[in-house]
Amino acid sequence: MRRAFHAGLCALVGVAGMAGSLVQRVPMTAANSSNPLEGSESARRAGAKLYARECAACHGANREGIGKAPRLLQPEVYAAPPGVLFWILRNGSLRRGMPSFAHLPEPQRWQIITFLRRRMPPEPSAGADSGGLGR
Amino acid sequence: MQMSCRNRKHARWLALLAAGLWQPSARAGEGPFFITYTHQMEEPGNLEFATKNLAGQPAGGNLFLGSATEFEYGAKAWWTTELYLDAQGTSGQGTLFTGFRWENRFRLLPREHWINPVLYVEFEDINEADKTLLEVVGHDGVDDLTSPNNEARYGKQREIETKLILSSHYRGWTIAENIIAEKNVAHEPYEFGYAVGISRPLGLFARPARCNLCAENFEAGIEMYGGLGTHNDFGLHDTSHYIAPTLAWSLAGGPALRVSTGFGLTGNSARLLLRFGVSYEIAQAGRALRKLLRGGPS
Repeated sequence: MRRAFHAGLCALVGVAGMAGSLVQRVPMTAANSSNPLEGSESARRAGAKLYARECAACHGANREGIGKAPRLLQPEVYAAPPGVLFWILRNGSLRRGMPSFAHLPEPQRWQIITFLRRRMPPEPSAGADSGGLGR
Repeated sequence: MQMSCRNRKHARWLALLAAGLWQPSARAGEGPFFITYTHQMEEPGNLEFATKNLAGQPAGGNLFLGSATEFEYGAKAWWTTELYLDAQGTSGQGTLFTGFRWENRFRLLPREHWINPVLYVEFEDINEADKTLLEVVGHDGVDDLTSPNNEARYGKQREIETKLILSSHYRGWTIAENIIAEKNVAHEPYEFGYAVGISRPLGLFARPARCNLCAENFEAGIEMYGGLGTHNDFGLHDTSHYIAPTLAWSLAGGPALRVSTGFGLTGNSARLLLRFGVSYEIAQAGRALRKLLRGGPS
């Protein structure tokens, strides 16, 4: 009985944790969009540059996550459907402090997603900006 | 060696110009616009320094340079707060600090929609010598730019200004409309105004390599703004209106430069206004400052 209670509690905590994930809160319909730049090496490199300029200050130069900004080099992100990532970039999550990046043209958001779906950390010579304090 | 009076005047002008151009600055928060706001908010924790400068020579008045220095901070993803310090220099009349503005913008809807509303609330404590012209409301006109500094500086303007900002992004285009209502806290009528703008980056795709002169770094647009009278004299009668092509250039290293030429459309408007500005954004300035205060590495 006691083990069952613990198992139930763990499951509840797990579900609550998953419910807290932004990727999992995206509407199902968003997953239908496909990335027109999927697999393009040029788009990935451009995405690395944009990531360094727009995202690295919060999520870390190597997508390792800083403070409340989650780690992006994890299966939940790089294995997520591109449309889900596009939805997050477009809408952000004001409650969690993630701003909307709708001001970036659509192709640039797809370039960032092409980069985010790469599983390895970015190589140092990605042609990106320095990603320092100033952008 | 003592500077002559004329040299001192030139030095003062150069200093003012240098103060306008030398400020480190960033990716323009409002695209290429100077007057029109979009629903783009400052990213939480980021601090942007910017200058918005205005040069002109109204008919019957002297050449002037108005300058607003802006400190914009992303307090939350839905709340951006800004402090402006205004100053101006008028040929033959000297330079002076004209006041401050504190503005706040609140994003009203959590998600991106076809039209995205933002509420803008500002308190300003400036004097009538202010020549930054960051908004045109009521019956503002060219006469406001020709009053001599030694008289205008004693006229106080403590005002609360609200704007409903509506804007959209569509296929690379940014379209923004601002509806403005302003009230002097003294017994003066409500004044109304508007600003609309449309802009687009010259390139929608980013290049893989770091570059300064690539099309993605340039954004061109056009904005139009003007007054709509007061609540007891609403309309276009005796109001001023401007149309202004604008261009922004974001450098790879961070600073962004903006320039705009405004053309007056009515007899009550100044014929020509030249605006220019620079901005620079420090990412996660709040976090760096907290670390600095705690004595840790930034």
